This record gives sequence, C-alpha cells and structure tokens, in this order.
Amino acid sequence: MLLRLAWAALTRHRARTLLAMLGVAVSAAMLLDMVMLSSGMRESFKNLLLSRGFQLRVAPKGTLPFDTDATIPGASALVARIRSDGDVTAVSPVLGGQLHVVLAARTVTAAAIGVEPAVQGDYEITHGREPAGPNEMVASADFLAASRLALGDTLSAAAGYDPQLRSLTGRRTLRIVGVAHFIYMPAGQRAVALPLATLQSMEGASAGDRVSLMMIRARSGANVDSVLARLQRALPSVSVISTASAMRQVDDRLSYFRQLALILGAVSLVVGFLLVTTLVTVSVNERLGEIVIMRAIGVARTRVVAQIVLEGVAIMLVGTVAGLGLGLITARYLNSILASFPGLPAAIDFFLFQPRDAWIALGMLAVAGVLAAVYPSWRGASLPIALTLREEAIG
Amino acid sequence: MTNSDAVLVARDVTRAYHMGEEPVHAVRGVSLEITPGDYVAIVGPSGCGKSTMLNLLGGIDRPTSGALFVNGVRVDRLSDAEATRFRLHHIGFVFQRFYLMPALTAIENVELPMAEAKVARHQRLTRARELLAYVGLAARRDHRPTQLSGGEQQRVAIARALANKPSIILADEPTGELDAKTGQEMIKLLAGVNGDGTTIVVVTHDEDLARAARRVVHMRDGLVVDDRRQDAP
Repeated sequence: MLLRLAWAALTRHRARTLLAMLGVAVSAAMLLDMVMLSSGMRESFKNLLLSRGFQLRVAPKGTLPFDTDATIPGASALVARIRSDGDVTAVSPVLGGQLHVVLAARTVTAAAIGVEPAVQGDYEITHGREPAGPNEMVASADFLAASRLALGDTLSAAAGYDPQLRSLTGRRTLRIVGVAHFIYMPAGQRAVALPLATLQSMEGASAGDRVSLMMIRARSGANVDSVLARLQRALPSVSVISTASAMRQVDDRLSYFRQLALILGAVSLVVGFLLVTTLVTVSVNERLGEIVIMRAIGVARTRVVAQIVLEGVAIMLVGTVAGLGLGLITARYLNSILASFPGLPAAIDFFLFQPRDAWIALGMLAVAGVLAAVYPSWRGASLPIALTLREEAIG
Repeated sequence: MTNSDAVLVARDVTRAYHMGEEPVHAVRGVSLEITPGDYVAIVGPSGCGKSTMLNLLGGIDRPTSGALFVNGVRVDRLSDAEATRFRLHHIGFVFQRFYLMPALTAIENVELPMAEAKVARHQRLTRARELLAYVGLAARRDHRPTQLSGGEQQRVAIARALANKPSIILADEPTGELDAKTGQEMIKLLAGVNGDGTTIVVVTHDEDLARAARRVVHMRDGLVVDDRRQDAP
C-alpha cells in the first residue's frame, strides 16, 4: 500500500518527476565522472607500471623514469650489481632516443628504445618475433604505416643528426623482424625498439654504456621495499623507485586533479540533495491534507515518513542508475579528448571505472536522497492534524 | 460524577490557540459524557467551537486544560504515537471533504486502516468488500475517488471509518458537501451504522442530520449552552 501511494505521488506530476530524475541523473553522472577522474589517472598509471611485472625502476638521480633526457652512466656494472641481488629475477635496461629512417624521398623519424629483448618490458610483439641479432628491430604499426615499410623489410636508419655537417650520424642498416605494441608510448606514436647495444653504438660515444632507465622485477614473495632499500644503499648515484613511491610522486603531481574532482563531486552531491529536497518539499506541501488524514485515521508517523522517503529514494535510484550510464558515456567522451594530450601513454585513462569507487559515490548519492527526503517528510507528518485540516478547509 | 459506562468523557475541557496575535478560546470549559451506542449531534453557529470539540474528542487535537477519556483511556495524555495507535483501533473519522486517498481505489481506501493495523491481506479484503457492500458500493470498489460522486466518496469514507471496527465514529459535517438527496441517504446510512451499535458523534449545520440524532448538544462561544435528548425520527 505504501508503495502504491509513493508510486501514485510520483506519477501524479510525471513531467516534474522526470525532470527531477533527469537532474539527479546529471548530478550522479558528474559525481561518477569526478570519482573516476580523481582516481582514474592514478590507477591507470599504476596498472601501466605493473603491467609487465616490474616493481622497481632505476632512474637518474632525482628524476622519474623518462622524466628528463638525463641518462645513467656505467650501466653494465649497475645491471650486473642489481642482477646479483638474490631477490631480483630480471633487470631490463632501456635507453631512449630517436631513429631517423632514410627513405627514397624523405626521412621518417621515430621514438627509439634500446632494450635487451630477452627481458624487455616496453612492448608486446603482435606479429613476427623479438630481435635476435644486433641489426634487427621491431616497430610499431604507426611507424610501418608512416614509412610504408613491412615486416621483413630492411631499412637504413640513423640515430642522430649533425647540424654542422648537415648529415645523419650513427647510420646502420636494420631489418624489421617484428611488429609491436609499445606500452608506454602515446597513441599514434611512431616507435621502434632495437637491441640496447645497437642503439648505444648508433648514438656514439655520448651513449656508450648509458641507459635512461632500468626496470627491475623482484622475486615473487620478496619484500619489494627491502629490495629497494638494499639497492638504493648499494647504488647511491641513482634513484631506485618502487611503484608505490612512483605513485606517491604521481599523487603529488595529480593533486590538482583530485582537488578539482573532489570539489565538483561535492557540488554534484549537494545539487542532487537539493533537487530531491525541493521536489519532496513541493510534493509534501501539495498534499498536506492527505498526509494529515492518514495521520488522523491512525497511520503512524514513521509510516507516512517512510512513504514519502520512498518517493525520494525512487527518484534518487532511477536518477542514479541513469546517471551511471550517462556518466560512463561522458567519461568515455572526455577521456578521448584528454587522451589525445601530447606525450601521454596510450594506456593512460583519465577516467577509469572502478566498481568499488563508483558504488561508493552512487551510494552516497542514494543516501543523500534519503536524507533529503527525511526532513520535508518528517515535517509534513508532524504537522498538527486539526490545525492543518482547518487550514486546508479554509483553502 | 462520571458515568462509568461512558465511551466519551470530557471534563472541563478548554482549547485556546492563537490566530496571529489574537488568542482564540475555541472551547471554554466543556464537560460532556457520551454513552455507548448513542447518536449525538453537536450543533451551533460557525466558530462556536463544535469542530474543535470533535477534534479534541477524537484525539487529533489536545486540550489546553481539562481531561478527555475515550473508552476509559485518558487520550489527552497519550504520546503522539500512542494517540495515533488509539485512533486506529477505537475511532473512525468522517470528514466534510471526504479526504480519500486519490491514488487508491475505493476498496484500497477502505483497506488502508486495516493494513496499518496489520490485518492479514485476505481478511482485510473480505472486510473491505463487506463494508463497501454495506454502504451500497459493491459495484464501485475498483473505482478511484475521482470516478465517484460526492455521495459515493462519503460512503467510502464511512466504510473506511468502520474498517477497524471502532466503537466511535466522529463525523464533521458529513453532509456538508452533498446535495439534499444524497445528504438524506447519508443520514440514513449513519443511522444504520448507529443502529448496529456504533456510537456516533456528528458536528453539523444540517438540521435533518441533527434531527436524526438522539441527543443534540448546542454550543455557542465555546460553551455547551443546551444539551437535550430528542425522540428518534
């Protein structure tokens, strides 16, 4: 019976109810998007860092991996030292650079990384195989499209350009043996990977035995923090960074996003609250006669309140469910805009749907809906019956 | 001296309230006893305090002073929740404007107090059907209030008032919104309800309705100025 009465109250003014639900949906969508934004980039970055199972990274002192063009000298000795740690199962040194591919009438430039193919964690082969020899390389599909080269082709490439001589330097003939998806590269990035020693050699004396980064995989069950502390003590000339410490630094840099998301999320919550309060207040005021008659014939105040709160909950629930869909659609659209920001890895999402966070946010909205309905309904159900009836009779 | 058999007892009841800045003494020391099965009409000019007195007797208003007993229970001292529960089981209300729930059908309106009293669905459906048949609306039970005439709505309101088998029906101008013919039907219906043993107190300006009562209480300026029995019509 309470459900019938609540349903009837909602359908009495269909347009108004639908508008309120729409308002709540927009509010819920905004809240969801803000929750997704506040944690999305962080979680997405974390997932990216952990995607290949490397928990530690070694970067030039005081920097984040690939944060600057700085490199780590004496890489071979460092790699050997790290590999000697009993808790370390893999070390993947990476050197960043550029590759200029000389074609008949033009030159195509690509981001290049030098890796040890057997332990690399930067790309996934989609066609072909890993480089096995010093003059073999893998390339991204975007590079192949731009250069109109294909798997198995041989090309002439250079790692640098000498402006004084106006000529390419570090030239080498390389063969494409694989097509790869580069995990940390932005979408559309032309990218190639070749053996570390090959890229070091092509870059000349400046890159000799240097790397930009080392990625370290610790043994399963090992205490990563202990490994980090041990390596940092042993290698004071570099920064050893765990995923957790990298995340802390990312957190610092993303604090603006989180604050913005928090403020806008709170605004959405308040808007949803006010919408339901307004609608329920108007609805209660319109049927004070009915409410006090229910009280007069013996319907308990709590039941009258429950019926009216039910209306608020229904508005909130329908609005919230609609807002979930709307929020996901808008997040996807906004993500596509933000993801095209230059230099961001394609795998980074600004808006990441995490069920737990989403349900917490939407749950908060639902609770706000209940609270928003409680006051006007309690007020309506607490009106003096005789006086209200007299006022209703007077009109 | 209080009649121990009385279902309704008012002892020196007053009710004052404010209208803006002005204090209004709607009831100024009324004492009244109503015995079981009686049919009492409270009459008097507008503003004499008769509706206020009815509200006090029904426990939907509280006296400023004095004491009110219904079925031996001092209702003016009940908490809001207790008073609500008491009304549910002991008092049936009929209002001038019917005040049915517009979203519910006739039978659902009659079921409403029984649902609140936790009467099993099957039982309350059976009783609601019986009550609608009793008030002559068996064929209209699935109609909503907007699909019923004023007289039919008031019949549903009477059926609703009888739902939990109260010992007392309090009716405030029950014929006030009805035409003369329908008003006569309502008077007959109330007489029938009273004939079945339910105590009825009506507040009315309707002379025909007042004539149907066995006792007429005249109020003026918040006081009972005349209280007399009359022969049944």
